Amino acid sequence: MDWVFISATLIAAIRAGTPILYATIGEIFAERAGVLNLGVEGMMLMGAVSGFIVGLKTGSPWVGALAAMLVGGLMSLIHAFISITLRGDQVVSGLALTLFGSGLSALVGKPYVGVPGVRFTAWKIPLLSRIPFLGEVLFQRDPLVYFSFLLFPLAWYFIFKTRPGLHLRAVGEDPATADAAGINVFKLRYLYTFIGGMLAGLGGATISLSYTPGWIEGMTAGRGWIAVGLVIFAFWDPLRAALGSYLFGGVNSLQFGLQTKGVTIPIYFLQMMPYLFTILVLIFATQERVRRRVGAPAALGIPYVRGER
Amino acid sequence: MTVEDMKVGRGGFPWRIRVEQRLVRPRWVSAIVPVLSIVLGLLTGALLIWANGVDPIAAYVAMAKGAFGSKYALGETLVKTIPLILAGLGVSLAFRMQLWNIGAEGQLHMGAIAAGGIALFLPQKFPQIQPWMWLVIITAAGFAAGALWALIPGALKAYLNVNEIITTLMLNYVAILWVDYLVNVPWKDPASLGFPLTAVFPRELWLPRTPGLFFLTPRHRVHLGLLFGIVAAILLYVFVTRSKWGFEVDVIGRNQKAARYAGMRIARNVLIVMAISGGLAGVAGMAEVMGIIHRLQHQISPGYGYTAIIIAWLAKLHPLVLPVVAFLFGALLVAGDQLQISMGLPVAVSFILQGLILFFVLGGEILSYYTLRIERVSS
Repeated sequence: MDWVFISATLIAAIRAGTPILYATIGEIFAERAGVLNLGVEGMMLMGAVSGFIVGLKTGSPWVGALAAMLVGGLMSLIHAFISITLRGDQVVSGLALTLFGSGLSALVGKPYVGVPGVRFTAWKIPLLSRIPFLGEVLFQRDPLVYFSFLLFPLAWYFIFKTRPGLHLRAVGEDPATADAAGINVFKLRYLYTFIGGMLAGLGGATISLSYTPGWIEGMTAGRGWIAVGLVIFAFWDPLRAALGSYLFGGVNSLQFGLQTKGVTIPIYFLQMMPYLFTILVLIFATQERVRRRVGAPAALGIPYVRGER
Repeated sequence: MTVEDMKVGRGGFPWRIRVEQRLVRPRWVSAIVPVLSIVLGLLTGALLIWANGVDPIAAYVAMAKGAFGSKYALGETLVKTIPLILAGLGVSLAFRMQLWNIGAEGQLHMGAIAAGGIALFLPQKFPQIQPWMWLVIITAAGFAAGALWALIPGALKAYLNVNEIITTLMLNYVAILWVDYLVNVPWKDPASLGFPLTAVFPRELWLPRTPGLFFLTPRHRVHLGLLFGIVAAILLYVFVTRSKWGFEVDVIGRNQKAARYAGMRIARNVLIVMAISGGLAGVAGMAEVMGIIHRLQHQISPGYGYTAIIIAWLAKLHPLVLPVVAFLFGALLVAGDQLQISMGLPVAVSFILQGLILFFVLGGEILSYYTLRIERVSS
């Protein structure tokens, strides 16, 4: 083990973990409000394709990323309408959103497969980037990575330390009581589902504008589902979500590291690792949850009907 | 005067919309929701196709022709119906127990691997075994492989309470990678010119074609898997509606606490249901490779396992309604292929339509459970 290998692995872990981190934090917001949105994969794909296309047309990855957030948010509103207003089944609605998103992104993105586009470039942060080792790993990245560094502690602070965060948790734990306390349950659920969709869209754009710039059909390769799994691993806590995402990124990048080190495992088995890792992580998290008695938000997946308990 | 009346009265608007629960669910409502959903899904899909610069009418005409336009087309629709019935039945059984088996796609691939592995390597080692015996063995192996693959998340759910949605889904990716590994490395046909394919299975092991039914052309590809699907549907119907076990599955699905108090063994039922659910998907994969593809290759399913979920839901988990819905979605898949061939649209377009139809079904549910009433506010 040499420092070059370690720093390369860490850098790769951060790069691979960032798209998932966005999606995971987005899903944490939605689930904290009591809305289970299994459409993350579909929203990420739509974010990836629209971020890429808008970036290409405007010449600015920034506009692309914003468009991806908007599209992800709009996608999530379909799910919000079905599950919050119409009280439909959230599992099925989320699945439908994923199918819809993967189909629509393929249709919209068809002319753009393999077309070179725009991408975020690395910003070297003055001074900080010159710290030995850490500077190279943390402060020579692109703006999407820096934004995620800011996002996860802020999301944690918001959810656990602020009044609106308390309202958010109340709506997901006990909507009837929240309602009685004067909190608008429906409005907040819509809002946080929308935020979840925006972050999933941004996660998708992180793939198509930064991680592996370009558009290929189905390019998220299950990362949306991995994010849904990581939410459980994270106990609905953005700090643990960061840990999980970077761990996942590490496993993901280890496959390339091992290949360059001359380990001859067939690539198919290396590609299986992230999925198997997600299952493993889920098993341990479930056991730890039982031990520490951390539950999912109590009203997760249950539509709120006024006057019904 | 109640509090509620006062509140409304203050607004000044004399009418209000109320969402009321229906006491009786009229039959016409449950029948019309799926039909209307499909129509609305197709209409919305047309809008999206049009927005992407393709003439939606031409697209739908091509789709209809591809799925129903000729005897051969009809046969192809039936061909795609077969794996959908089998996987759909499996998924619907799990859903009855509120077990979210989203892993039919992976279980299907595992069934295909088991079938393919046997067909490729065993017959030459045991030439004394008759082809029809191999048929039985291969079908059983397909079922077993799908069942075992589903038992991984099943056991994790039953004993460790690990969320089955994520585990079944993750295993889909793993199963597909297994197929990719096998067809690229150890089982690759040396004569395949570098393509990820195995050798073609011995001809006498192919699933036999059904007899030329009146609506099929002589060169149709409909195979014995259709019979498997129909038999499975009837068996499942009988078990689910007439047996004590079927009753248990229903009770566990509706109210786990009540089921536990009634002394039902939940963990055991989770295992049984997951095994059967995955087994049926495994048979679907077996039938697809033994009846249609006749070899293993990269990509053996255009997402049958995911479409199966929609079919199960649209059929309201009813085993006898399910084959009809599966036929409609078989048509949709064939139509999707046609779109790719004649208009160059990606096959995934049929996913758009599937997603849309599902949205409308979910929305339509509210119509069947609730009624909207516009009423005058009394003063």
